[in-house]
Amino acid sequence: MNESISGYKGRVLDVLVKSKVQVGDLVRINKDDITYEGILIPRSELGDDKHIVIKIRSGYNIGIEVTEETKVTKIGVEKAPAFTPPAPPAQKPGLPKVSIISTGGTIASRVDYRTGAVRPAISASDLYSIVPELSDVAAIDTQILFSVFSEDLTPKHWSELAVTVAEHISRGVDGVVVTHGTDTMGYTAAALSFALRNLPVPVVLVGAQRSEDRPSSDAALNLIGAVSAAAKAPFAEVVVAMHETISDESVVLHRGTKVRKLHTSRRDAFKTVNAQPVAKVLDNQIVMLTDDYQRRSKEKNIILQPKFEEKVALIKFYPGMDSKIIDWHVEAGYNGIVLEGTGLGHVRQAIFHSIKKAIEKGVIVAMASQCIWGRVNMNVYTTGRDLVAMGVVPLQDMLAETALVKLMWILGQTQDKEKAKDLLATNLAYEISSRTVDVN
Amino acid sequence: MKVDFSAVGLKVGLECHQQLATKEKLFCACKPDLFKGEPEITFLRRLRPTQSELGQTDPAAYFEFLKGVKILYEADSKTSCLVEMDEEPPHELNREALETALLVSLMMNATPVDEVHVMRKVVIDGSNTTGFQRTCVVGMNGLIVIDGKTIPIQHISLEEDAARKTGADGLTVRYRIDRLCVPLIEVTTGPVIYSPEEARKVAYAIGRILRATRKVKRGIGTIRQDLNVSIKDGALVEIKGVQELDLISQIVELEIQRQLSLLSIKDELKKRGLAEDEIRDNFIDVTSDMAKTGCRVIQKAISQGKQVFAVKLPKFSGLLGKELIPNLRLGTEMADRARFWGRVGGILHSDEIASYGLTEDEIRQLKQILKVEQQDAFILVADTKENAFDALSAVTERAKEALKGVPEETRGANPDGTTRYMRPRPGAARMYPETDVPPITVSKDYVSQLRSHLPEPLEKTVERLIKKYGLNEKLARQLQDSEYITIFDELVDRTKVSPTFIAATLTETFKALRRDGIEVDKVTDEQLIEVFELLGLEKTSKEAIPEIIRWLSKNEDGTPSEAIKALGLSIISEQELSDAVDEIIKQNENEVRTRGEGALSFLMGVVMKKYRGKVKPDKVNAILREKLSKLK
Repeated sequence: MNESISGYKGRVLDVLVKSKVQVGDLVRINKDDITYEGILIPRSELGDDKHIVIKIRSGYNIGIEVTEETKVTKIGVEKAPAFTPPAPPAQKPGLPKVSIISTGGTIASRVDYRTGAVRPAISASDLYSIVPELSDVAAIDTQILFSVFSEDLTPKHWSELAVTVAEHISRGVDGVVVTHGTDTMGYTAAALSFALRNLPVPVVLVGAQRSEDRPSSDAALNLIGAVSAAAKAPFAEVVVAMHETISDESVVLHRGTKVRKLHTSRRDAFKTVNAQPVAKVLDNQIVMLTDDYQRRSKEKNIILQPKFEEKVALIKFYPGMDSKIIDWHVEAGYNGIVLEGTGLGHVRQAIFHSIKKAIEKGVIVAMASQCIWGRVNMNVYTTGRDLVAMGVVPLQDMLAETALVKLMWILGQTQDKEKAKDLLATNLAYEISSRTVDVN
Repeated sequence: MKVDFSAVGLKVGLECHQQLATKEKLFCACKPDLFKGEPEITFLRRLRPTQSELGQTDPAAYFEFLKGVKILYEADSKTSCLVEMDEEPPHELNREALETALLVSLMMNATPVDEVHVMRKVVIDGSNTTGFQRTCVVGMNGLIVIDGKTIPIQHISLEEDAARKTGADGLTVRYRIDRLCVPLIEVTTGPVIYSPEEARKVAYAIGRILRATRKVKRGIGTIRQDLNVSIKDGALVEIKGVQELDLISQIVELEIQRQLSLLSIKDELKKRGLAEDEIRDNFIDVTSDMAKTGCRVIQKAISQGKQVFAVKLPKFSGLLGKELIPNLRLGTEMADRARFWGRVGGILHSDEIASYGLTEDEIRQLKQILKVEQQDAFILVADTKENAFDALSAVTERAKEALKGVPEETRGANPDGTTRYMRPRPGAARMYPETDVPPITVSKDYVSQLRSHLPEPLEKTVERLIKKYGLNEKLARQLQDSEYITIFDELVDRTKVSPTFIAATLTETFKALRRDGIEVDKVTDEQLIEVFELLGLEKTSKEAIPEIIRWLSKNEDGTPSEAIKALGLSIISEQELSDAVDEIIKQNENEVRTRGEGALSFLMGVVMKKYRGKVKPDKVNAILREKLSKLK
């Protein structure tokens, strides 16, 4: 396929190839006595193979159907944009050092108004010129680690990311920011919370709910909040930095093990579940929201344990669920299953035998709740008591997603099932709290 | 002033924006209505100018961003959802709106595009929560013929309306997002209009075509014109937001005059030998020199801890106070700029300095400090240093432009036909694809189906109104030009009232009411239908209609029945009327006796005076005749 006429296929591609035109060319299209002139624009992959898209002089794009009689002629080449970033603001001396590691969710980008392409901008100087406020907050170093959608990230990526973050910390930075697509940011935050322990400085994940090419994007404020937290927050934990409300006012810092994306599209989609957020950033100041946190100290030595066992599943129970679903996982060699049960931690009796079999085969089975809010309690009803008797581990107020990540991490560290069960039920990174406080 | 429009090289292009009366908004399922009262939801945003690959940012927008301008949005849950709040991606393009835009395209002899692509047009003054307006071209290369002249229609576009500004407080601007995302059709003409009167005619003609679809909203603000006006040696000035079509010719005339006046100021400055580099940003702090001033504005500013700064404008003496058009001076234009860029209340300029209460001594001292000579002028601003410097920079910038003639800018229309500075003209449209909305194919079959069901052409409408309803031609034409043409047929069909009376009410009566300051537009279609239904059922009288409309315009949630009750305008029963007439005859016994035949019209007057709106005059007449004949 010809890259220079990207997105076009079939009949239209033939016409374009024959006419020797490329994206960005100024073209004339003659059809049914009408003449159109404009710049050839790339076609969306999902578009059909019957239309050519051009940008007409007024800046609008229109699609023109190509028929047998349609003639396409190149009449010129629109100058490719040559971007000269405005000079970044003068760097203030003596600012904290912050590393920004990018995983694919671009946090700053530029629009090519000629073709509509949105290009990521990730070099430090690009960031400074697009978000000039950053130059007052920190001296920034950047690294592009991955360029993947967050739904395509796997536990292998978590491991690599943990190692990379640790490297940056060992170089003596005052904090690390990880830019991340929002869909699975909660999982990655939990993964880093377990893989990076005894942190000397904060590790802040940040994303955006509105893409960065728009003037209304939440990316800039989130990024400023994240960099501020990395640079000067008094805590040294893994947190997620996102809008606190739908207003562009404050960025809230959620603990990596307690955070969940709870809305598909709002700016404040991320919430801390069953706990208080750690802090927020308001008018460039860090406001702590709890006294219980791990202190920042460069004296501390990071404990890096980046391995994750991928054969762990998160299974959501639903009425009528077939026990074969559990059986399949056991046969497929899974070592752990986190069940997302109903209410206080229940599943139907009809799948009990499969759970029992799984446990007998050495699979760790644990129970979180699909209610999201609240704590599992498996002593209230017979169903719960029976499951515990079988060896199902109740996960208290842990989020199901965090439980999945934790079990993957535990089984990456130890083969000892009893030790693994103990660890699963023990609070390591604020994922379990003994008290459920009325906070929401 | 008599101007030869072709000699000055006048060129006008129109952009006509008309709101559509669809069931839902353009990209979500909210009703396209406005809300009154206090907002249920508010949120604060900042818009960040995005850079294009060319490194361009809109200078005005970037400036506002740097100053920390914030936008407070107001919403209620009935008229906005998360889409308008930019908290949810847009839904698909409203097909009802698209169909109307396609109909308009065909009626204007334009070619529909084969595939509609929604674009994002970057607008970051806060009027769009996203920072861009969603817009798409639906038809191209159309034409309409007016008085034998062909007017090319460049585009017919479908776009979302913007939020409406409800106020500003310091650096916070308030917008209400109920209007955001209401479907608008934009019709853009070529710049081939050569006289103010022609501009008005073209606007009317476009309005008639839009109304012929019967799918447009009516009322204040539902149709808005932007005018692009230029003259030879002048500049292209975009005048936004003209709501009254009858103002168009006046606005164009005043704009020509404004540009001509600016050109004559340019000539005068050249004659005085002014060079651009003589105008310097040398702002001098004169706070201490004004400590004991008699000027109240300055006194007040100093007492608030603000400072007074001055700048010299060499060779501008006498030109700042010169009227460009009535009530607009070069000084006013500088003040507009100072307010926009410096957020100051205003400026004081030397041509009018005496009227501000400054003493001779103070003026002499200021002139000395600023080294102002005979032909020079100066400007004073009292505010914080930052605002004052921004304001004075804007003033010197405008002074430099005066030396070049007319600045290209976007101006807003005032109700009196004058205009005010809004912002510099934005550069080339910064548009990029709205990737959240899939393109829509417009098939040939669909187009030919629409083409076979085009709304009635305008000339046919007049003909039909005359033939079918027996309206006279003048009334038929008036109705055709009125926004109420869209519901006239329905009113006639649903009520038993004479078509001529309905037409006259919607045109002449409403016009008279408007002249009296009654906001007739506030009366909804539903209310109008009920008014005429009640009239048809003889629950009220023709004479009562103006009073009912007046009441409804002030009681937007009220019904016509309530209006009749509140105003005591119910038709009284025949028995009541008969008794009332007996009473009146009795009271006027002498008159009846002495006037003889003439008593009828006299008594008619007495009864109608007392019972106007509650009785039908022909009924009164009949009863009086009967009773008087019995007396004889």
